[in-house]
Amino acid sequence: MRKNNSLKLIVIPVFIFLFLPLFIIIVTSFGEKPTIQFPIEGFTLDWYANVFRVGGFLDSFWLSLRIAILATLLALLVGIPAAYAISRYKFPGRQVLKQFFLSPTIIPGVVVGFSLFQFIVITMQIPLFTGLLLGHFIISLPYIIRVVGSSLEQLDVSLEEASWTLGCTKQETFFKVVLPNISSGIYASFMLAFINSFNNIPVSQFLTGPGLTALPTTLMSYIEYNYNPTVSALSVMLMLLTIGLMVLIEKTLGLASIS
Amino acid sequence: MAFVDLKDIRVSYDTKQDVLKDLNLSINKGELVSLLGPSGCGKTTTLRVIAGLIEPNDGEFNVDEENLTKVPVHKRNFGMVFQSYALFPHLTIFENVAFGLKMRKENKTIIKNKVMQMLEVTGLAEFSNRYPKQLSGGQRQRVALARALVIEPKLLLLDEPLSNLDAKLRISMRMEIKRIQRSLGITTVFVTHDQEECFSISDKVAVMNNGVIEQFDSPEEIYAFPKTEFVARFIGFENFITLNKLGEESYLAEDGSKFYSTAKTISNADKVKGTIRPDDIQIIENSENLDNTLSGEALVRTFLGKSYQYEVKTALGHLLVNDESLRTYQTGEQVTLYLNPAKLILV
Repeated sequence: MRKNNSLKLIVIPVFIFLFLPLFIIIVTSFGEKPTIQFPIEGFTLDWYANVFRVGGFLDSFWLSLRIAILATLLALLVGIPAAYAISRYKFPGRQVLKQFFLSPTIIPGVVVGFSLFQFIVITMQIPLFTGLLLGHFIISLPYIIRVVGSSLEQLDVSLEEASWTLGCTKQETFFKVVLPNISSGIYASFMLAFINSFNNIPVSQFLTGPGLTALPTTLMSYIEYNYNPTVSALSVMLMLLTIGLMVLIEKTLGLASIS
Repeated sequence: MAFVDLKDIRVSYDTKQDVLKDLNLSINKGELVSLLGPSGCGKTTTLRVIAGLIEPNDGEFNVDEENLTKVPVHKRNFGMVFQSYALFPHLTIFENVAFGLKMRKENKTIIKNKVMQMLEVTGLAEFSNRYPKQLSGGQRQRVALARALVIEPKLLLLDEPLSNLDAKLRISMRMEIKRIQRSLGITTVFVTHDQEECFSISDKVAVMNNGVIEQFDSPEEIYAFPKTEFVARFIGFENFITLNKLGEESYLAEDGSKFYSTAKTISNADKVKGTIRPDDIQIIENSENLDNTLSGEALVRTFLGKSYQYEVKTALGHLLVNDESLRTYQTGEQVTLYLNPAKLILV
């Protein structure tokens, strides 16, 4: 590759600008003083232990995990057939439907959150957990349809036709030929939707209630009253989780395949 | 009724234009028939109608006296080779070839025997555990053929199977296809836009244009006696002159010169078009009052290997002539052309 030193002059400051705040958060999580400060004085791992003791973080973590997994699985169940229909069948309103499924990624999160609040909580009176699950299902669906849809578009249609000529019905072909060849797209879409749901604030904020708060929401309200390094420690742990998932995607598929 | 019979097949994707216009085609058992034509002529659509991948708007499709018009693809038992080969990337070569037999719930040892036998025939036995992306284009092509043949189909359908191969491989593969087709005696429909490929392999050729079959004949017949102007142009008749009927086998050109055609006269119209291949026009010396001659001015000379091709400007338009004599003519030189009456075809 060609070396370009003037480009480095721009790239390096940008990287510093991007990573310095993260670096500071990581460092502050080890400070002994009960306020977040940089540079730190002393060294302790107490704040990491604190994450598991205070603020209901652990309960929120399990809730967020459950919601993220369930919502994403539900979205896969609906999204894969939907993506298949959109990519393989010509029907009136196909383009509109395509746009509609992508709309939650275009509309601001707060708007989605508020409208879901209005509909799910106020109008429908749906129980809290179900409501939260529905909300996360809706924000996960576009990721599934988009990523699985692009895998399907890259899959040669004549594979399916070949399978039909060999005696397979359309349903059998879907399971024996289509699914195995889009499995990497399904996996990638699952990861993306999962991370998005797990980190989502606007929708969770509106749909939580007593005893049922998602982790990012808990973290937000904790920061309002307690500005101590527990927040830094939790942030570091969440970063590690996301990085871990990203590494998993990269190892199995390559990030390039889903962007 | 012929073994394969398409009767008045009409296909249209929208209401505006028909892709196939009341197409009729009959194929005898064991024949290899090619559908030849430029892209967009409907040849692939015809093949897909036969396969059952497209349902015709009108018409009837029979194989072996059985009406299959409404029978879905997976129940037709036709082997099809796709242009992209369409091998299943997640399965090994063995599993690819075994796919159709597994669908038929055959016994495992029978599947194994049949697949291995087919891989032997196509020379792929040593690759049975590899995946499609580990094979070369020619090998993939043979896998696709093996996969289509192992189910012992009633019909073999080939959709431009050779177009992704390089020139040398294409020639050896078409011999191979013909050999396998002959030895199995399987009725085959072959779609191609390459006339040389099509002539070399087929028992019969259907030349298609704009959703209709313009001519359905043996390759020899089509090569020598095209019936329509489109067919003539498509298979290399470069020269066309307008002629008026004068008498039996004699015609008058626009400039008053007389032409004879002793080729099978197909047209009985008063006004016809005479057409001839560049190879069948000779450049002659001393032409005094000979019929079927035409004088003109040599324009562009192109070297073709065994001959030179000249574009000659005549009173009847520009003609292309392949001259095999050793003499070369300069641009602007006057030449006399002799149009062999046995090779002057009327369309």
